[in-house]
Order: sequence, then C-alpha cells, then structure tokens
Amino acid sequence: MDDDAEIIAEFLVESHENLDQLDRDLVELEQQPDSRERLSSIFRTIHTIKGTSGFLAFNRLEQLTHVGETLLSRLRDGEVVMTPPIAEGLLSMVDTVRALLEGIERTGRDTDPAVDVDPVVAVIEGLLAAEPDTEPAVEPVVEPVTGQAVEAVVVEPVVEPVVVEPVAVEPVVEPVVEPVAEEPWDGVERRVAVDATVRVDVDLLDDLVDLVGELVLTRNQLLQRSLGSADAELVRASQRLDLVASELQESIMKTRMQPIGQVWSKMPRVVRDLSHQLGREVELVMEGHETELDRSLLEAVKDPLTHLVRNSLDHGIEPPDVRRAAGKDAKGTLTLRAYHESGQVVVEIADDGKGIDPATIGAVAVERGVVTRDQLARMDARDVLGLIFRPGFSTAAAVSNISGRGVGMDVVRTNIERIGGSVDVSSEPGRGTTTRVRIPLTLAIIPALVVGEGGERYAIPQANLVELVRIEGDDLRRQVEDLAGAPVLRLRGKLLPLVSLAETLGGTAPGDDALTVVVLQSDEVRFGLCVSEVHDTQEIVVKPIGRQLKALTMYAGATIMGDGRVALILDVAGIAGTVGVGATQHDATDGRALGADDRTALLVLEVADGRRAALPLAAVARLEEFGRDRVERSGAAEVVQYRDGILPLVRLASAIGLPDTSDQGDQISVVVHETGDAAGAVGIVIDKVLDVVEVAVSASEVGRRTGVTGSAVVQDRVTDLVDLEAVVARTGVPA
Amino acid sequence: MTTTTTLRTAEQYCTFWVAGLFFGVAVDEVQEVLRRQPMTPVPRADRAVTGLINLRGQIVTAVDLRVRLGLPDREGDELPMNVIVRSRGEVVSLLVDDIGDVIDTAGVDPHPVPSTMPRTVQDVVRGVRPLPESILLVLDADRAVDVAATPDTTGGTP
Repeated sequence: MDDDAEIIAEFLVESHENLDQLDRDLVELEQQPDSRERLSSIFRTIHTIKGTSGFLAFNRLEQLTHVGETLLSRLRDGEVVMTPPIAEGLLSMVDTVRALLEGIERTGRDTDPAVDVDPVVAVIEGLLAAEPDTEPAVEPVVEPVTGQAVEAVVVEPVVEPVVVEPVAVEPVVEPVVEPVAEEPWDGVERRVAVDATVRVDVDLLDDLVDLVGELVLTRNQLLQRSLGSADAELVRASQRLDLVASELQESIMKTRMQPIGQVWSKMPRVVRDLSHQLGREVELVMEGHETELDRSLLEAVKDPLTHLVRNSLDHGIEPPDVRRAAGKDAKGTLTLRAYHESGQVVVEIADDGKGIDPATIGAVAVERGVVTRDQLARMDARDVLGLIFRPGFSTAAAVSNISGRGVGMDVVRTNIERIGGSVDVSSEPGRGTTTRVRIPLTLAIIPALVVGEGGERYAIPQANLVELVRIEGDDLRRQVEDLAGAPVLRLRGKLLPLVSLAETLGGTAPGDDALTVVVLQSDEVRFGLCVSEVHDTQEIVVKPIGRQLKALTMYAGATIMGDGRVALILDVAGIAGTVGVGATQHDATDGRALGADDRTALLVLEVADGRRAALPLAAVARLEEFGRDRVERSGAAEVVQYRDGILPLVRLASAIGLPDTSDQGDQISVVVHETGDAAGAVGIVIDKVLDVVEVAVSASEVGRRTGVTGSAVVQDRVTDLVDLEAVVARTGVPA
Repeated sequence: MTTTTTLRTAEQYCTFWVAGLFFGVAVDEVQEVLRRQPMTPVPRADRAVTGLINLRGQIVTAVDLRVRLGLPDREGDELPMNVIVRSRGEVVSLLVDDIGDVIDTAGVDPHPVPSTMPRTVQDVVRGVRPLPESILLVLDADRAVDVAATPDTTGGTP
C-alpha cells in the first residue's frame, strides 16, 4: 500500500508539472495552430498521463485522456485543423484532468463524483465525429511509451518515504522548468534532465535552512572568541569553518531558489481566459523567467502577482474598439518583467491600457472617506495613486467577475510587505500603468545594521537603510529644528522627520550634543531614526518571536548575536506607523514630493488672531521662542540678545498691516531669518507655527499690499504670502 | 468545566513556587527547567513579558508568573528560575521563584479552584489538589502564557 501511495504521489507531482506545460502549449498552439512541435509536446504529455492512469487503474482519467489523445493525434497528423471549438474542448479536457488529479490527491481514487467527465468526453467525441473516424493512428504508439512511463515512475529517485499524504508533496526542485517563450522542445527524452536531479521534500529543505542558520550563528560565536586567541591552530580552524559555513549557507539557499517562470507558467492561461471573458485582445510578453528567488517567497507572491495581472486586464487594457478610437493598436500588451536589482527581485507588471487618472482616484477616495479633501489637496499625483492601496478602496463601478472579489490592492500590498517587499504603481493616463513589486531574494538570512540603545542591541534590515548621518556641535543647532514639537533635520535641502529610537522604545532621548541619525526608507516614508550607538553590519538569521509579542508592529522578529544574546529586529514600516511618521508629515518628508520643480516648501504661520501667512521655508534658519521679558528696546526697534549678539525683531502682523496679537502669552514665537551679509539675522515675530507644506503655489494678486506679495490657497485656506524683503527692511537690516 | 481535564488517575507534576503559592504543570508539558538566563528586554511589551532568551538557537519569550498572576513583584535579589513549557507549538519560559520536586498525585482527587482566589489566579488554574503538606495549584500552561501584547499608546495606525 505504501508503495502504491508513493507511486501515486509521484504520478501526481509529475502530472501537475505536465499540466502546466500543457496550458502553455495549448495557448501557444492557438496562436500558431500549425506548430507541429507544440502538438507533439501536448500529445506526449496527455499520452504519458493516459499511460500511467491505465497502469494505476484510474479508469475515468484514462477514458478522458484517451479521447483527448485521439483528437490530438488527428491534429498532429494534420487530419484535423485547429479551430476555436477544438481549443476550447482541449482546454476543458485539461481542466477536467486537473480536477480528477485533485480528487486523486484527496482520496487516492479518480471517482470524485463532483467531477463529471462525460460531458467533456461527449464534446470531444462530437469534435471527432465531425471528421472521418480512424483509430489505428493511436494504438501502435501506446504500448512502448506506456511501458516506459511506468518504469520511470517506479525507478525514479523518490520523495521522502514518510510522506504518505500526497498533499504535502509539491514540485520543489523543478527539474524541467521550461522557460515559456523559449525554443520549443526538440523532442529529446525528458528523463535526461530528471536523471541529474533529485526531488527533495520541502520540509526537509526548510529544516536544512534552519540548521544552516544555526551553523552560521555558531560560527559567528566561534569567530568572535578565536579572534583574540593565541592558539594559531584554533584560529586557522575557525577561519576554515567560516569559509565552509558561508559556502554551505549559499548552497543551501540556492537549493531553495526557483525561477519565477514557475509562477508565470500559469499566466498565459489566466490572460487567455480573462481576455476571452472580457472581450479584450491581449498580447502577453514575459521577460526574465529565469530570475530566481526563494521558494517560500515564490509561494507568497503567486497570488498577488496573479491579482495584479487580473487588474491590468480588467481595469487597464481597454476593449479593442475603445483602443482603436484612442488611436492605439486594438491588441493591448501586458508585459511581465522580472530582474535582479541590488539584492532584490523586481517584478514589473506593465500594461498599455488606459492608465489611472489621479483625479478619479482622488474623487473616489474622498467620496469613500479614505482621505479628507484637505489631505487630498496636499498630495501629489504619485501619492494619490498610492491611495489605491488603502483598505476599502475600489474604483470599479461594479464588482466584476474578474476583480473586486474582495481581494483588493491593500491585500496585495499587505502580502508583499509581509515578506519584506514593497509595491508601487506609476501610471500615465491614456498610456498605461506599471506596477513594480520588489521582493527580497531570500528571507532567512539578511544583512542588517546593528545599533545600540539603552544598553541593548537592535538590528535594522539593510534593505531599509538609506544612509548614516552624524551631526555634531554647531551643525546640530543649525540643521535640526523643532517644528511644533516634531524635530526635523535639514538634509541636503530636504526636511527629514526625526524619530528617537529611545523614545519609540518607551524611554527618553538622551540630550547629547551629537546626534547619530540612521536614515530609513520604508515604501513611501522616509525618516531619520536617532540612535545612541551604531555597531556594525552583519548577516543575521531572522527568527520569529512569540505570540505574546505579535501585536508589537515595531519588531520584525529577533536574532541571536555572536555572543549568544538575543537582539530584536526593528520593523521600519512598523516604527513609522507606530510614531505616525508619514501620516502627518508626509508632505515634508516625501523625497519625491520635494523633487518636483514647481513646488515650494512653505512654513505656514498664524498671525493676527488666526490669519494665515506663509514664508518660504528656505528663508527660515531657525525657530525660537523667547520669554517676553527678554525683549529689549534699542531706539524704536525691539531686540533680543541672542547667541552673543543682538537679534532685531520685527512683528510680522504689523509689517503686513494686521493687528498684532503675538504678545498674548509669556513667550513670543520667532522665526529667525539669516540675511545675506555678516550682520546676521532678523527675528520675525509671529503667533505660532502651523505646519510645513509642500505645494505648487499659484499666487493671486488678491491681498497684495506692503509686506505681502499676494495670497494663495494653501491647505484649502487663503494664506498671505509674505514679502520677506519688505518685512526685513522694516528692521533697518539689509535683507 | 476546568476540572475535567485533570480527572486522569495518575498524574505527574513538575512543581514550583510563585509568591508562596505551590504550582504544578503536567510533566509532559514541561520541556526543561533552567537557572537564570541572560535576558533581552522587549520595550513596549506587556509588563509580564520579562524578555527573550536564547534556548539553543530558539528564541523563547519569558513570562514572569508573578506579574502574569497579579501577585506582588519579586524582591530585587531573588533570581527567578525558568520553567520552559510547550504551548500551542511555541516554547515559552515561565519565570518562577523556586523549583520543587516532580510529584505524583495519583489517588488525590482534584478539587475546583476556591472561588475566593484572585480572578487572575483562577483564570490560569485548572484545579487544586490537596496534598498532605501543601495544596497544589494545577497550572494551565496554555493560559498562563497568553499575554496580550499591549497595543501601542503613542497613536498612529500600526
């Protein structure tokens, strides 16, 4: 019985591989109906299944494949020409074969009552009956090949004997992965490839990866000890161990690598079925099938990628008449492209469809309450596109059969992020949409930066790391500002919100005179994490943490350091979420937003009891608060003593013709503007700082007066744009 | 029905003390007992989570039973012991004051938990067994290690 189960399991694994190949072949056959090679390949596949199913007494499967084979042999011999009904019939046969195989997987028999083979058999027999019926073409071939197929099944190096449950057996090390668009088979016997490979149980591989992880950790420990050792023999031995462990790790990782073509092999069929269903004409182009990634990741991206392809067909590529009317080729193109880039795998799904209109997205987002009108006004086109990843978002007017089945883009994103990847969308209305998915090569061992805080060490995945910045002394005062309680760093003209790791962890930030900032990027959010110490970068083995800690999104897991102690791995996206970076300071932080030319960063202020004014952020050197008692008079002018000098003050409200209300508290808020010459600076007295925004200013002449160049709508409010030169001139200091 | 699970006649318990109370965990749920281990604290975790320990390459969460049960904190100089238990596929360390013997309670009838005990203790105890010199509280390891991580309080959506 065990032997049988083993043979059946082997048969299932092989047949599933064959079916994938069959799907690809059939779809291609539709395009090149006269391709002999395709036909032979399909014929061989079905024939093998038929042969083995006869041997294993799967009678219904045999019956089904038998008629299919007969039809195929006619096609192959040129007696019948491929037509859409025939293609349809063959595809439904493949589907039924697959359903029967699933039944066998569950029950060990092909008698699953839910699968009805008779209608399909009838259809194919009908197709056969349309032509003169001659049987003999098939029979002679059957005998030898059946014998060979059976022999192969029995002799082949087999799956773990313990695996009685056939479900556990997945095609792991795909021995005969056929890149889809490559040259068709030359008919060489496929056993050749199989002879050189061994099937390995997935669990066994996972165990091996774990063990290698252990080995790497032990090596780290040993290396650390032996570094200071005087025992030359020990040092040599541990260096050898280092080498061996690294190579072993690499090899084991490689065994889990599989080409992405494995996932893609399903796509031609998906695209074919969908385009038929939706009435679209689509050409599928796939590049880079051989791009490899870890099998666990492959599993994880399978569904998201399929969803994105469905989206492209459903929402992207227009019906042929619409395309023609738009002056495009009636046939749309869907391109899947995979490649390696800086230690990551990038998968692009690009269509030349109608694209996504940010205006539509924005309108729907506001309507659905995903964002407020206010927030929307502050977003640039790219951020608006990003809204499609928010939960509960769908622009589809009606839930169609194809997408909108509750699997939204937010699920796609969640699934991709769960494996440490990222996804972003770019689109040109009318021209098409490209979704770019980035995934790490492997999960288990990652390079990380180790930092220290509160006497403990924390690991930050290198993938999130942008740069390290150390700021000391005067630079610290000049470059770090406090914006209404939120510290920001000026980094090469951009504002980077700062997050203190100590505070994030629930402690208090040390008030040092130097700051070490780890600049981190997670998806669309970039921020600086202030840490106490930076140790080094090293390869860490990611280990899961217990259920008790799952709700803490700031940790991605834990690892064991060279000294055997545990260190937590920080989750950059989780930290950003925890402290709210990105949500509130998005405009100031997003590097892409700052990249746009026509946009200006403005410091939005309140003056004269609620009136709004804005200064170009570039003109702001610092923000200060002074006690009201520090304001002294020098002639008619107000001054404060500031940084060993005298800072002349100007009341912004009076300077722009509004009543001055800046004196209401014990403190006055001052924007320090550094003027060009050595004389230094002036202090502009305001009521309070409201925000920093990044907007495209369209100033209007409305409100133009002394000290005000005009007004603009900023965050849905009319805001005076301050004429800095005029204001500064009132202090007598040359601007 | 918290007592039904203890109705087997012969049961061996690994015993320990927590704040003067005498607890036992079924031996087949206990993986091992360890002295104090180096511990890595987990900021922002529930107060009962003392930290993470490295158990031969496996990362194990340590839960202080005193905190978990709402009992008074351990004195500063008392070093806790680790009772490593298996619970729902994970391995968790319970920090206890002192380790007792493994005892066989065959022939001792289980009793329900006295309703006057603090709720926090009742919640994790399956029943009590009066022994000649002490009363054994039978701990439900699965519930004892159930510590809800405190949601973050600093705002922002996780």
